[in-house]
Order: sequence, then C-alpha cells, then structure tokens
Amino acid sequence: MKLNSKICAAPYLVWMTAFIVAPLLMVIYFAFTDKEGNFTLENLSGLGQYASVFVRSLLLAAIATVICLFLAYPLSFMLSRLRVNKQRIMLMLVMLPMWMNFLLRTYAWMTLLERNGLINSFFGLFGIGPFNMINTQGAVVLGMVYNYLPYMILPLYTIMVKIDDSLIEAAEDLGSNLFQKVTKVLIPLSMPGITTGITMVFVPSVSTFIISRMLGGGSNMLIGDLIELQFLGNSYNYNLGSAMSLVLMVVVLLCMGLTNILDSENKEGGVI
Amino acid sequence: MRRMGLLAKVYMVLIFSFMYVPIAVMAVFSFNESKSRSNFTGFTLSWYRNLFRNDMILSALGLSLVIALVASIIATVLGTMASIGIHSMRRGARNVIMNISYMPVINPEIITGVSMMLLFVVVKNWMGGKIFGTPTLLIAHITFCVPYVIFNVSPKLRQMDVRMWEAALDLGCTPVQAFFKVVLPEIMPAVLSSFLICLTYSIDDFIISYFTSGTLQTLPIAIYSMTRKKVSPEINALSTIMFVVILSIILLVNANDTRKQKKLASRD
Repeated sequence: MKLNSKICAAPYLVWMTAFIVAPLLMVIYFAFTDKEGNFTLENLSGLGQYASVFVRSLLLAAIATVICLFLAYPLSFMLSRLRVNKQRIMLMLVMLPMWMNFLLRTYAWMTLLERNGLINSFFGLFGIGPFNMINTQGAVVLGMVYNYLPYMILPLYTIMVKIDDSLIEAAEDLGSNLFQKVTKVLIPLSMPGITTGITMVFVPSVSTFIISRMLGGGSNMLIGDLIELQFLGNSYNYNLGSAMSLVLMVVVLLCMGLTNILDSENKEGGVI
Repeated sequence: MRRMGLLAKVYMVLIFSFMYVPIAVMAVFSFNESKSRSNFTGFTLSWYRNLFRNDMILSALGLSLVIALVASIIATVLGTMASIGIHSMRRGARNVIMNISYMPVINPEIITGVSMMLLFVVVKNWMGGKIFGTPTLLIAHITFCVPYVIFNVSPKLRQMDVRMWEAALDLGCTPVQAFFKVVLPEIMPAVLSSFLICLTYSIDDFIISYFTSGTLQTLPIAIYSMTRKKVSPEINALSTIMFVVILSIILLVNANDTRKQKKLASRD
C-alpha cells in the first residue's frame, strides 16, 4: 500500500530515539565512565567481587525455570486435550492470577511462609516444625515459580493445541512406549513453545529484585537487588549500576540467542 | 486420548490449588479480626473500612488511573500512526524500527526502568529544575506501551486490502478522508485491543514506575511501601477487592463473547 504516509511514523521515530535508543546509550556511556565522566573500565572489572551474586541469580532463575517447565508441561498437555469449552474456562483460570499485581501475589507467600504463618501452624498441628522457610533461597525459587508459572503454561498450551492427536496415535501404533512418545513426538513438536516459555520465565526471574527482597530477606541478594541499590538504594553509584545493567542485558541476550539456536536446530532436523 | 485418567485430574487439581490457595488465604484473612496471619479470631470488615479511609492508597489509585488513561491514549495514537508509517516503508527500514521497538519488550523491566532514569537524571542535571514526577512517569509508560500497539496494529494493516484504500481515493476521497473512512474502521479492533493492553500494563506496572516516578506513588508503588512496613491486613483487603474486580471483568467479557458466538451460530 503506497499510502505515502511515512511521515506518520515521524513522531514515533523521534520518541523511539529519545526514549528507547538514548537511554540504552546512556547505560553504555555510564558503564564506561567514572563520576567525572572520564573513560574507565573499572566499573566492569570491579564486578568480579559480585560474582557470587551473579552466579546465585543465574542459578536460582535456572532452577525456577526448570521447575516451571516440568510442572507446566504435563498440565499444558492435559489442558490442550480437554473439551473446547472446558479449555476456555481452564485457560481463564491460568491467566487470572497473572492479572493480579505481582507484589500482592508475592506478599501472599510472605505471610504463608512466615515463622508464625499458616504453613508452620499447620505443621504445628502434627507437632513438627516450625520450619525456617522465609528468607531462604528455596523461598525465592518458590516465589519465582509461583509468579511466572502461567508464562510457561500459556506458550506450551498454545503449541500443544496444534499438535494432532493422530501423530501420537501413529507413534503408539508403531510401538512407542510413553517415554518414546514424549521424547520423539511431543517434545520435538512443542519445541517452539518450550523455548518461548523458558525465556518468558528466565528473563523476569533473573532480573527480579522484588521476589528476592520480599521472600529472600537481606542475605539472598540477586543482580536486580544490586542494580536497585546503585540507583535508588544506599550504594548510589550510577556508573557501577550501569555496568551491572549492561552485563545483565548481555546475559539475557545470550540466553535468548541460545534458546533461538536450540529452536532452529530443531527445525532443521524437523519432523515435518 | 479424550478420556482423562484419574492421575491427570489429580495433577490438574494440585497445580490449580498451588495457584489459588495463596490468594484464597489472603481473602479469608482479610476478614480476620486480629492481625494474626495464622489464627482466624473473628469476622470483621474493618480492614476494608480502613482501606477506603487510607488517603495514600486512594490518591495512588487515582494517579494510577489517570496515568494509565493518558498514557494509553497517547500510546495508542502514536503507535497507530507509527504502524501506518512503517507499513509504507521499505523492508530494511521497517526491520530496524521493529527491532528497536522490541527492546523494551525483551529487555528485563529493571533495565528499561534504570536506563530511562539515567536519561531523566542527565536531562535534569543539564536543564535543572524538578522533572521527576508525572511527566517522567507518563513518558516511561507511553514508551513501554507503544511497542505493543505497533505489534498489534501492524499485522492488521498487512491483512487489509490495498484496493479498498485505492478505491476510496479514486472515488474522490482525500488521503485523510480515506484514512478515517476506510483504513481506520478496518484496523479498529486491533487499535481498541491495544488500548486495553496498554491500560492493563500501565496500571499493573511496578518496576519501571519505581525508577521513574521520583517521590510520586502509583498504586503498585503504594502497595510496595505497604508490604515494606509492618503487617497490615489492609493489603489482604486490597488484594481481595482487586481479585474480585478482575474476576468480574473477565467473566463479563467472557459472557459477552459467548453471547456473540451464540448469535453467530443461530444466524447460520
């Protein structure tokens, strides 16, 4: 269509340059300068002392992503095989918690996991506990899984609805057992959903600072907490914060690139 | 395959209870008389009453609604115009713009928030004055909303038949008339749905607002500061109200959809 209307995009182009491109350039600029504005690599090289935080963030986010995948995969398959009107209702039930503010969702677990919270008093009925559940890494992972599980279910479900039952039946007829059906038919066909789900859970998990603060206490800092401290907290060092943000951005891009490769490799060896 | 095993049913029930039990517990304890979070001591509505007398929450809610509305309107107009402009561009230019627009979508929110904060700080140091507040909050919300509008409206534009537009021009419409009479009605569903997406994203956003709002409090920021303080069952009351509101909206939309479908079916 030659609307000859390129001019319509002009306001957005200005906006995009000013508020998407320029801020990202700022991050790069601040990451490579010191407080006086001189070029330096110290911000980046100084990140070494925070290596443990970076490793913890990656590890916890990866664990949460794997748990989400294992919980969501069978569920999405079951959802996709329900009758259509039942699917609609179930899908709504999956999405409903997503619409609630995630601070409130996380707060709910805060009260449940507390030392004198409901779960501990439940265990108390049987004379066990109280357990120390809040302010642990387990609590942080739980918070991630709880908050981001729907983001894993939805892409998986979307792809599984499209998988034809007859393909699974064919595998059955050809003598596949359950394990073979899953690994040879279901997983290859649902690969795009798996990769989308992984990025949709991993990216917010690795960069969160709310979940770690509310459920992890002070001792389970993640990259997000570090960055927040540099910008709004007590540390107050924009340059260091920018260097951390830059690294986080690279980590996320790498992770997405990796899942993309996984995805395309699968397409090359494609089933159909 | 159609018949589901007992195991599968149990599994589904387990996962859904994992998702809903925390919310249910909050709802129950919002009616609890004491501040205890493990013993239900008696029924009361006083936390709800307190909530509606809490000026901080009410003004934060007001601000959130105003920001969401203004940001969504601007983002929808800006994004729709952008989609039309991008549509008539060559492929290379289009890809560059689309990829840059993807940045706020794929980047972790904290990075979008931090990067905009840096920009605003630099501008503030340069021009002086107080800029953090409503203007920065609006700019930030518009920025993360526009890409969703573009990704929603662009496919709709591609589906449109160019000849409709050309016919309008042949019949003597000016391009502007042709846009309002032909193009806009065609893409209206996508425009409306992106407006709604913007509204929900804007009302729900915490992280980006947290970095760009200065001292202003939107509703999520107010909730955050409440969770930082001592135990307050008012949060439970607020969650319950929000859940009920969301549930009713979804049920209404759904009922409307099924009615439309039935109408369509009966027409056939």
